[in-house]
Amino acid sequence: MARKGARRGRAAGSAEAGQDLTIQTHRLTKAYGDLVAVDNLNLSIRTGEVFGLLGPNGAGKTTTILMLLGLSEPSSGRAEVVGFDPTRDPLEVKRRVGYLPDDVGFYGDLTGRQNLRYTAALNGLERAEANERIGSLLEQVGLGAAADRRVDQYSRGMRQRLGLADALVKDPSVVILDEPTASIDPAGVTDVLAIIQGLARDNGVTVLLSSHLLHQVHQVCDRVAIFNKGKILAQGRMAQLAEDLAGDHVVLEVGVAGPADQVEAALRAITGVTTVTRDPKEPSLWHVAGPQAIRGHLAQDLASRGMSVVQLRRVGDELDEIYLRYFNRDEGDRDHAA
Amino acid sequence: MKATVTMLPDALVDGPVAKPALRRLPRSGWRVVAAKEFGDGILSVRFIIVFALLGLPAVGAVYATASYVSANAQAATGAAGLFVLLFSHQDPSSRVPSLVTMIGLIGPLLGIAFGFDAINGERAERTLPRLVAQPIHRDAVIIGKFAAGLAVIGVVLLSTTLIVSGVAFLVLAVTPSPDDILRLVAWFIVSIAYIGFWLAFAMLCSAALRGAATSVLTAIGLWIVATIFWSALLVGLIANFFSPVPANPTLNQQIANAELQLNLARLSPGRLYTEASAYILDPSVQTLDIAPLIAQQNNARAYPSILPLDQSLTLAWPQLTALLAFTVVCFGLGYISFMRQEVRA
Repeated sequence: MARKGARRGRAAGSAEAGQDLTIQTHRLTKAYGDLVAVDNLNLSIRTGEVFGLLGPNGAGKTTTILMLLGLSEPSSGRAEVVGFDPTRDPLEVKRRVGYLPDDVGFYGDLTGRQNLRYTAALNGLERAEANERIGSLLEQVGLGAAADRRVDQYSRGMRQRLGLADALVKDPSVVILDEPTASIDPAGVTDVLAIIQGLARDNGVTVLLSSHLLHQVHQVCDRVAIFNKGKILAQGRMAQLAEDLAGDHVVLEVGVAGPADQVEAALRAITGVTTVTRDPKEPSLWHVAGPQAIRGHLAQDLASRGMSVVQLRRVGDELDEIYLRYFNRDEGDRDHAA
Repeated sequence: MKATVTMLPDALVDGPVAKPALRRLPRSGWRVVAAKEFGDGILSVRFIIVFALLGLPAVGAVYATASYVSANAQAATGAAGLFVLLFSHQDPSSRVPSLVTMIGLIGPLLGIAFGFDAINGERAERTLPRLVAQPIHRDAVIIGKFAAGLAVIGVVLLSTTLIVSGVAFLVLAVTPSPDDILRLVAWFIVSIAYIGFWLAFAMLCSAALRGAATSVLTAIGLWIVATIFWSALLVGLIANFFSPVPANPTLNQQIANAELQLNLARLSPGRLYTEASAYILDPSVQTLDIAPLIAQQNNARAYPSILPLDQSLTLAWPQLTALLAFTVVCFGLGYISFMRQEVRA
């Protein structure tokens, strides 16, 4: 972190106290006619961290990324990436930022190695340096054996891994990965995520990745921004987001022995309980929602009615639950197609 | 190491970890693009097809003309610029057109073949976002591709010219004089400009139209209209509308109609190309305009029969300029269209 700080003094100038920011945006907005794809976005991504942009398809993730790379002009607001404004100095940004596009494509009639050589040449790498780097990157992403096969014979997963190598050819200080695991099989996903983590940990590279897959973001990202309809719903550490969202609200999964109607009545009678639903698959399980306080007295209350709790588990902070509730909370705000 | 590091601006300084300083970017990104595209073009199946498409008729055309000259060798003896005449003339008794006519007809296909999927091909392969995310200006893509296309066309045309010259030599045993060679070089440049127009138009289609099939159809459509329908049909209709020729026309009415037809025909790049080629390759051609042509026929002796190269070039200049203007307009439109597009389809 300290090393990076020295390196990017310009970015650090406007950073929060004690944190170097590699990417920041200020009220960044992109509108296509009436459709606002990105709406007053304020992002700050620290140097050396793995940051996740999490949101469903069409949330504006790719549009944001294109603006950060200077490939799309913001309608208003501004961005700063590695100390440069991507709109005014796109080349300075692009020489330092590796980019793996969503659904990446390669020239099918060239081999994987040849495709990477082209990227290297566009970045001004010396031939010998490029060859050495390309060789090791191809090994790193597990394409060593397939390097000299034409890309049109590659599977989608292989292309995705080649795309990762391609983003790294220029030896970037930031990599931006748009849906990096979208078309890879589960084993491949583990590999790719490990490479991404290694980049940040061993090479000090700042990683921005977008995904609609919560679990993957959770696995690798230091911080996330939950993103929908062009707006950030929440930004921060995953655990903290869960806590913030839950507030004074908890959902408990309760297993109670006894006749269903009596159990349901008993659960509803507990002070504070707002909803009671029966698990659709497991008839003896109930989902009970209410304020945090019910956790303290639920078991006792049931026992006083002669029912014994066989299982009690908090389900409110499950990842998918958080994710869905963020989007549900946002539902009905504005209604443009995702 | 430390001393040099402190000299660099902050953004460029690498810390204690050995990481190479930022590389200098290639001076011109378009050259890298052009080099890659040129390699692709030369090694493509397309290249072989186009080469065969142009090369075989070209050899046929020159072989026919050369055989005709050979059969009438007595008449041809001493003809100035005999070598270049092989390119621009045909055996009057046969239906095989001259090489210039052949290139006027088939040349556009060459331009279309190397341009119709320049931009939308990158979109179809989804390589465009990756390409423009590299540290090159966006116009490097379209400029590089245009330059590479011209270079590939140059290779095809040069090889064809050399083969054809070889055939001419085998049949007739004539060698080009220095003047012939200069005329050939000038003609070569005009041919590149002509095919370059079609390359630029095809690239405009590839930038403006999303599908490669739509793009190639549009380009071929214009090719057919411009080389066949325009001069054979539309020019006559338009000229008769604006400058009608009555039942008993005066000479002036006829000339007015003919001049209008000629000028309309010159809107077709093919016409401009054949005229420029005629001036350059045939030193005896002194005008292709109507009024002076009539005057010339009336007192043929007043004019010298053979023009020196510089005068032939002067005559061809307007046609060449018009061709270049068409090319620049098409390339400019394609350029603007490409630069204004969103990266994402």
